[in-house]
Amino acid sequence: MNTSSVRLTEGAKAPSVSGSDTMPILEMRHVSKSFGGVKALRDVDFSILHGEIHGLVGENGAGKSTMMKIIAGVHAGFEGEMLVSGQPVHFRSARDALAAGIGMVHQELSVIPDLSVAENVFLGHQPVTSTGVIDWRRMNDMAREQIASLGLNIDPTTRMGSLPVGLQQLVELSRVLFSGAKLIILDEPTSALSPPEIERLFTVLRRLRDDGRSIVFISHFLDDVLAIADRVTVFRNGEKVITEHAAKLTKDSVISHMIGRGSANMHMGESADLAADDSKPIVLSVQQASDGVMLHDVSLTLRKGEISGVYGFMGCGLIELARTLFGKNALKSGTLMIDGQSIRFASTSAARQAGIAYVPENRKMMLFRTEPVFKNVSIAILDRIHSILLKTGREREISETHIKDLQIRPPRTDIALGNLSGGNQQKVALAKWLTHLPQVLILSEPTRGMDVGAKEDVIRIVKALRDRGVAIVVLSTEPETILTLADRVTVMKKGMVVKEFTTGHIDKSDLLAAA
Amino acid sequence: MTLADSTKSPKSGLKQFLSDQMRNIAPIFTLIILVLFFAVQSPVFFSVDNLLNILSNASITGIIAVGLTFVILTGEIDLSVAALANAIGITMAFFTIQPDYVNIATIPLPGVICIILTIASAVALGAVTAFGVTKIGIPSFIMTLAMMQIANGVSALLVRGQIAYIFPDFITLLGAGKIFGLRWSIIVCSLLLLFAHLVLTYTRFGRYVFMVGGNREAAEYSGVNVKMIIGAVMVISAACSGLAGMLGVAYFGSAQQNGFDDFLLTAISAVVVGGTSLFGGRGGIGNTIIGLLVLGVLNNGLDLIQIDSFLKILIRGLILLAALVINVYAQKLKEGTAEG
Repeated sequence: MNTSSVRLTEGAKAPSVSGSDTMPILEMRHVSKSFGGVKALRDVDFSILHGEIHGLVGENGAGKSTMMKIIAGVHAGFEGEMLVSGQPVHFRSARDALAAGIGMVHQELSVIPDLSVAENVFLGHQPVTSTGVIDWRRMNDMAREQIASLGLNIDPTTRMGSLPVGLQQLVELSRVLFSGAKLIILDEPTSALSPPEIERLFTVLRRLRDDGRSIVFISHFLDDVLAIADRVTVFRNGEKVITEHAAKLTKDSVISHMIGRGSANMHMGESADLAADDSKPIVLSVQQASDGVMLHDVSLTLRKGEISGVYGFMGCGLIELARTLFGKNALKSGTLMIDGQSIRFASTSAARQAGIAYVPENRKMMLFRTEPVFKNVSIAILDRIHSILLKTGREREISETHIKDLQIRPPRTDIALGNLSGGNQQKVALAKWLTHLPQVLILSEPTRGMDVGAKEDVIRIVKALRDRGVAIVVLSTEPETILTLADRVTVMKKGMVVKEFTTGHIDKSDLLAAA
Repeated sequence: MTLADSTKSPKSGLKQFLSDQMRNIAPIFTLIILVLFFAVQSPVFFSVDNLLNILSNASITGIIAVGLTFVILTGEIDLSVAALANAIGITMAFFTIQPDYVNIATIPLPGVICIILTIASAVALGAVTAFGVTKIGIPSFIMTLAMMQIANGVSALLVRGQIAYIFPDFITLLGAGKIFGLRWSIIVCSLLLLFAHLVLTYTRFGRYVFMVGGNREAAEYSGVNVKMIIGAVMVISAACSGLAGMLGVAYFGSAQQNGFDDFLLTAISAVVVGGTSLFGGRGGIGNTIIGLLVLGVLNNGLDLIQIDSFLKILIRGLILLAALVINVYAQKLKEGTAEG
């Protein structure tokens, strides 16, 4: 069984040899895909040629991940046709896709840090001797050869976890290659890499392309895409906008294809007029904050009655920054000041008592689904309303006020929270901080995954809080959210602050270009 | 808001009720079945003496189970309860003057001081567990396993294979004495159960215990000091075990190595059989009381119908397994319906 996938691949490779060089290795015809009535892809034609690096860009939700998951066999059901080397195929699983020579390297690496490099390369199909024992010598030799073919020199017996992330990623890439992939999909391969690491990755990718392999390079980092890709495809709202040679594109033209500038349907949050007011008193500030992992020298100032937006791509350190401000992650260096006093939080409880409130990006992390609504609302203020004994009547009263103010549906305090819709759950998550106004409110992805109505409600609530003097920071990977809410914008990239906008008119392309 | 949101109502009717209440219904149902079964099988089962006997046998376990209920509600576990009870019982004997024929080195102290010191040692050992679990970050399962061994070591060193018989008068009264024909240990256990129930249901601390068990991450992101709550329940558990140990040695009339060997399994069984969720956040003292009665009735009844005593051990294991299955199943049902 250890070689079955390789054998299958060689079978699938046969027709491609007979085909001409111009025949695409992969062709998607009229592909559509819906999730519960929402169209994620609309009638998309898309093809990848032999020996090309194909860049794939688009905003969150544009449909590029859905397309790649169909290609990699993760989404089995879709409308349309899929041809590999001219042969129609239908994958039921990622295993089928790999057997047909299509492999994917995900943004989150699936390596096992405590195993050796060779073991990671051969995970699941280690070579064995005739007695069924793992043939370590052969495995190490083959792994060394495999890695060397990428132009790298790594000792295969090294522990995986001791390698830098960039090399771990290349080892994972070689695993996919070793399983026989002719078409390799790389999802956000550069998001965790430093510039020299990116250069090394690009060298490897060019070498693979010259060997005749095809690569799909999905990324938010447009500079990277334009530097490595031969052709680039842009997705927007589930449709393919354009496929063009990279040489004919510029960053600006890609951005305008991504956001569809000039089109009639300008949505909420396409642009904003910033009005940062430096005369407002500083409530919280961080200077040169590092957490030793993700954040490097991050400085941020939150002012009374102002919403600061922090924008960046997924994995740029937004989550870590929010956690650090709320005392969940420790600050390794740098200072955190509240009202001019330097402070360090020993726990989230200390942060809460200092007047900081936090609504995380994931509602499950914030709410008790099997508990009634009123207990979810009161959890953050129990020590304010009760000394020792609980006054549940008071808790219910407070919850009822919030339910009315925030129009939470259904308007019942006793119903288990899990029975509420996502938007209403988000309102409960907000409500728990509203009884005693916090000094600082940290909102991570406050509108993600909500329907339009709930989104507008949340935006209205957040703005009302700002007007009541709360210093608010909104951290989001969605430019619309930032542009709708923020009075000033900080852009983060790879754990660092790269750009600040304080006044004047900005639009989505400014954010995308900065990040 | 959209119409869909406002019309979305919780699943109605019997199914919702049953899946919510399964962890409460199943143990009560089991208790009724067991009582009926043994009442039919044995004529003495329903006598007042026998029922009091069941209660007094359950009383020492009950005191341990009170502390354990707090721990399990937060989603942690304490495996050191029985060993700790024994060590504390022996520590109390160590501070009490023993008869000449007991060959144990002791430091005799006046009764009151002895009792205070003994309780303080229980709290101190609980604080060590709390420190290991919250500050160092050792999983409670392993930390309390180590504490179990440490407590056994303390016991072994203090008694050195001997048996102590004498304890402070006040403790002897509580552990072995009676009032109006009722054992004091039953009264102490009942009062402790009542007090724990009030704490869990009507105090802020009690609410935190449930919320930490229900979703630890959410509690932390709501600014609850999760580590402090978990540390506190570990200390409460040790204090309850200590009290059980003091009353227990008086109840048995002796303090010796391995005096509480059966109590770990019985106490955990009582909490779990009663329906408190092993994952935390669901259950409470009411469940523990039912669990204690189920196990008490079962042990007593199996003695009365003169079943093979070796088979008895197996039956207890099977009952525990059945309770675990129901426990996990009830959790899934509950989460399933809350999905909406």
